Amino acid sequence: MDLLYNVFVDPFAQMAALPDFLLQVLWEGFVSGTLYALIALGFVLIFKASGVFNFAQGIMVVFAALSLVGLHALGVPAILALILALAIMGVLAFSVERLVLRHLVNQPDIILFMSTIGLTYFLIGLGELIFGGEPKSMITSELGLPTGSTTFEIFDGILILQHIDIAAAVIAAILVIGLGIFFSRTRIGRALRAVADDHQAALSVGISLNQIWAIVWFAAGIVALATGIMWGARSDVSFALQIVALKALPVLIIGGFTSIPGAIIGGLIIGFGEKIFEVYWGGLLGGGVEGWFAYVIALIFLLFRPQGLFGEKIIERI
Amino acid sequence: MNTPVSGKVFEVANGLHARSANDDGIADGDELLVADNVSLSFGGVKAIQNIGFDILKGEIRAIIGPNGAGKTSMLNVINGFYHPQEGTITFKGEKRSKIRPYMAASQGISRTFQNVALFNGMTTLDNIMAGRTLKMHRNFFWQMFRHGPALNEEIEHRRAVEEIIDFLEIEAIRKTPVGQLPYGLQKRVELGRALAAEPTLLLLDEPMAGMNLEEKEDMSRFILDVNSQLGTTIALIEHDMGVVMDLADRVVVLDYGKKIADGLPTEVQKDQNVIDAYLGVPH
Repeated sequence: MDLLYNVFVDPFAQMAALPDFLLQVLWEGFVSGTLYALIALGFVLIFKASGVFNFAQGIMVVFAALSLVGLHALGVPAILALILALAIMGVLAFSVERLVLRHLVNQPDIILFMSTIGLTYFLIGLGELIFGGEPKSMITSELGLPTGSTTFEIFDGILILQHIDIAAAVIAAILVIGLGIFFSRTRIGRALRAVADDHQAALSVGISLNQIWAIVWFAAGIVALATGIMWGARSDVSFALQIVALKALPVLIIGGFTSIPGAIIGGLIIGFGEKIFEVYWGGLLGGGVEGWFAYVIALIFLLFRPQGLFGEKIIERI
Repeated sequence: MNTPVSGKVFEVANGLHARSANDDGIADGDELLVADNVSLSFGGVKAIQNIGFDILKGEIRAIIGPNGAGKTSMLNVINGFYHPQEGTITFKGEKRSKIRPYMAASQGISRTFQNVALFNGMTTLDNIMAGRTLKMHRNFFWQMFRHGPALNEEIEHRRAVEEIIDFLEIEAIRKTPVGQLPYGLQKRVELGRALAAEPTLLLLDEPMAGMNLEEKEDMSRFILDVNSQLGTTIALIEHDMGVVMDLADRVVVLDYGKKIADGLPTEVQKDQNVIDAYLGVPH
């Protein structure tokens, strides 16, 4: 009886008793949701264009952020460092296409997947060699990102919004909308989807695989840099971020691997879900719920809707 | 995702207009493509040995032969998927060295595949739109905002695609993801995608494989219409002899990577080498 009360009644009583605190929890959930969505977006881009889960997306986030911070530490002005970091991601995209993908045209997806794992370890090594392994702090204020916070009085209590969180949400929204339109409306967007479906057929209608892959890896690099800046601003820039990036997996399972809106909704579901669950139900399970909650939701989705909320329908003709 | 152009009503003309098939300065009946002494091998396997033939502008040229004769390899050479070790391909009077498939496409060579190769997640409409990739030139920035020249361009291409859909009688499946379609219709969509590029030379790899009689008749009619109405030169590989005899202007016969006959369908049909290759001879 006690248990039922603790599960079904008490949390809601708490929510009703302290609505301002509930709002704060929801806001925190929203912010981490957008950040998850941002990471997931990088995966979706490459998955859409090559049908491959890019294991290296996490390390690309770290690498982009490290380049930015590292360049600034050398005395390069912040804006110039940002541009140079973008250029580095461009060079990375070009090299990945030239040195890895070009040789794997028409190979099974699993081969491409393995090559992204190889790429991950290569980038970890290269990153540690150049920038060193110790955590660094993001150059938030130098980049012109807001750092303060605003306090609202609401429901007889207070709600604190960090400005950096608002900025993160806005930047995520801009990236998502921009990329969404790019994919659905442009010639290159259509070509990207074509390449994901069939290499040979794409070649035969005059699509250059090399060009498409370089473009999409560069787009993923831009997303990685944005993600790196935002995550870095909330914690540190360190190789541990790469593990955070794997949170994108449950996000993708919920949203669907090929859907940009899906990445957003999936990210928000995980963000809201794990914060609320942690705060109101976490105590029952001894806390630390945030670590595994996302994966449980993903498992449930896999049982009932394996293609995710917005994924392409799984079509099997026999 | 679709490419809706709202508020525009498309008036589809009866049949397609010959758009660009005749803009390359080669008159009907002249050599459009010449394969000269082409040899291709994979390790020890000699897929093609010293094959030479020509394709004349405006004709339907059939390439036939038993399984493993090198027919598809030959198409892959023309299309740039394979690069022959010896010999040359001359297209539109230009001898070419190693080219990539997307370059062949930009020169006006379209193709379909033996095992249908469509973009399964995309709709019929988007598949055919993808065939027009090379025809679209506007900056992606304008395309994103559907603005100015890019909007006009989108409408123009959409109209061309609607004409193809109309021509192939696939209006009903316009918005269906092609992965859900039955095989016969998939083949038709694939033909539509190849046509969307307004090719000078259309390569069809077994366009009627796995079809029933009615579907074969439909496909034959489309091929003849493409040839006569659009003036598109067609090279096709086909196993159904009846179809080949009806469609083709001239036939080249391959066996074990070698050319064994070349000529009018009636001549080839009577050729002893061809009969032997198909029926087998006691050794």
